[in-house]
Amino acid sequence: MITVSPHTIQEAGRDETLDRILSDVRKDFPILDQMIHGHPLVYLDNAATSQKPQSVIDRIRLYYEEHNSNVHRGVHSLSQRATEMYEDARETIREFIGAASTTEIVFTRGTTEALNLVAQSYARPKLNSESEILVTMMEHHSNIVPWQILSEQTGAQVKVVPIHDDGTLDLLAFDDLLGERTCIVAITHTSNSLGTINPIEQIVERSHARSVPVVVDGAQAVPHMPVNVSEMGCDFFAFSGHKMFGPTGIGVLYGKETLLDQMPPYQGGGDMIESVSFSGTTFNKLPHKFEAGTPNIAGAIGLGAAVDYIQNLGYEFIQHHESRLLSTAIDKLSEIDSIRFIGQAPQRASVISFLLGDSHPYDVASVLDRLGIAVRTGHHCTQPLMEHFKIPGTVRASFAFYNTLDEIDRLCDALNQASSLLN
Amino acid sequence: MTAPESIASRGEEIVEEFELFDDWMGRYEHLIDLGKSLPLIDEAFKTNEYLVRGCQSQVWLKAETEGGLIRLTADSDALITKGLVAILLRVLNGQPASMVVDPDLSFLDRIGMKEHLSPTRKNGLDSMIKLIRLYAIGLSSTSIRQPKEVS
Repeated sequence: MITVSPHTIQEAGRDETLDRILSDVRKDFPILDQMIHGHPLVYLDNAATSQKPQSVIDRIRLYYEEHNSNVHRGVHSLSQRATEMYEDARETIREFIGAASTTEIVFTRGTTEALNLVAQSYARPKLNSESEILVTMMEHHSNIVPWQILSEQTGAQVKVVPIHDDGTLDLLAFDDLLGERTCIVAITHTSNSLGTINPIEQIVERSHARSVPVVVDGAQAVPHMPVNVSEMGCDFFAFSGHKMFGPTGIGVLYGKETLLDQMPPYQGGGDMIESVSFSGTTFNKLPHKFEAGTPNIAGAIGLGAAVDYIQNLGYEFIQHHESRLLSTAIDKLSEIDSIRFIGQAPQRASVISFLLGDSHPYDVASVLDRLGIAVRTGHHCTQPLMEHFKIPGTVRASFAFYNTLDEIDRLCDALNQASSLLN
Repeated sequence: MTAPESIASRGEEIVEEFELFDDWMGRYEHLIDLGKSLPLIDEAFKTNEYLVRGCQSQVWLKAETEGGLIRLTADSDALITKGLVAILLRVLNGQPASMVVDPDLSFLDRIGMKEHLSPTRKNGLDSMIKLIRLYAIGLSSTSIRQPKEVS
């Protein structure tokens, strides 16, 4: 693969530069070039899962065609090659998120498994009926339910930090709730339903001032902005491959080595052991202690390729282009009379949740689908948040760097059609 | 009492209606219109007990029999789902409960709404059909017992 330097975007002629890069980027995603119900596909469901560039698809295919073998322990050449590719991917990811060492990078099935791992392996031994777990109103179910399960197991209480009407976190309430009993703060970096970007550095600073560790759900952050876990200072950071242009079934748990080291294994099995005997088993070193069984080797390698793709493209392009997608979409959608935005935080990723008049999101999305536009409807796995806004769900358009400004026009036209059909 | 028109022939009527439209927009408009003729469930029964659990749109459904014939009332908060429910009720209502135990609903595949009818679509329709069939099983056994109770 040819490595190029990431694009730099100058102020002069910025839109032209972005358009030029974008037209190349579109060609990297073969799936985007197809018709749905006779219309060119407009894929605006990126917060659910992102599409994969050819380089990711090719890397996975290459692995299976030429290098497939089980990793670690194998003496033969294929096994060594597979191990090298798998561990290279880990190093790529370490560098990508600014972790100190590859011992801090645990491959998981995704964000959900990573968060469950932290709940069960890190938090469970420390919690009792006096403890409190702090989450926010805008969490995805995968950052709520593991803590509820833990609460059942330990008697600890789950406390919820409320949000303001615009979808930003109520930091004063956070300060109030962060108390003597708080044992862990579990918070999303970027809301999948509202797009809100939380002030994670502040959250970490305030929590650490009280010696409370912070676990961050980073699934929606990594596709949109550079993340540096060392600068962020968080104790754990979880994210998923499939939301960042990599394969499904692979994700990452970053954890500070000092914490990971003291944690018991999450699951038992092959690869996570050093030696097994009926008189006692000793566990493998980090990070393998947390990777029981044959890992998702192709997934990890594919995720490495996705990181390479993002880095070659550069966050400078991604952020400039997505910011113009977001502002254009907000401007143009605002012209639709009956639209009501849910969440309007000043700091947000390119995710827009809305309702169209009194129309049910299911009806709206059904009409949009007939017009070739993929959006998501429903509660987006954030039912408590929907309850907070007293709505059954929303229509969510979530943009990735391969979306175009023309696609926003297509979305608006389709919403106008939906509006006339449904009212 | 004359025998009700069969489920299949009522279904055929609906297929013919939808064939009058040559684009999806027309079919959707017709579907939404049909929703307006849905025999509505009494507001008092729009409770969790009568809720058909679907992921996205909600459907409330109540089944009764009148003289051995099934009588379904329903409602939904989404217009497209409401239209689909109205179609179902149009073919099933007034049928002997025993005919609704395993109804031939193959006409649904031919009205150009296929994308709404897959079990994975989670609009509650698939679970609703299952529920209607369960009701019908219960109600048809009740109606079979009825003569004995009368005698």
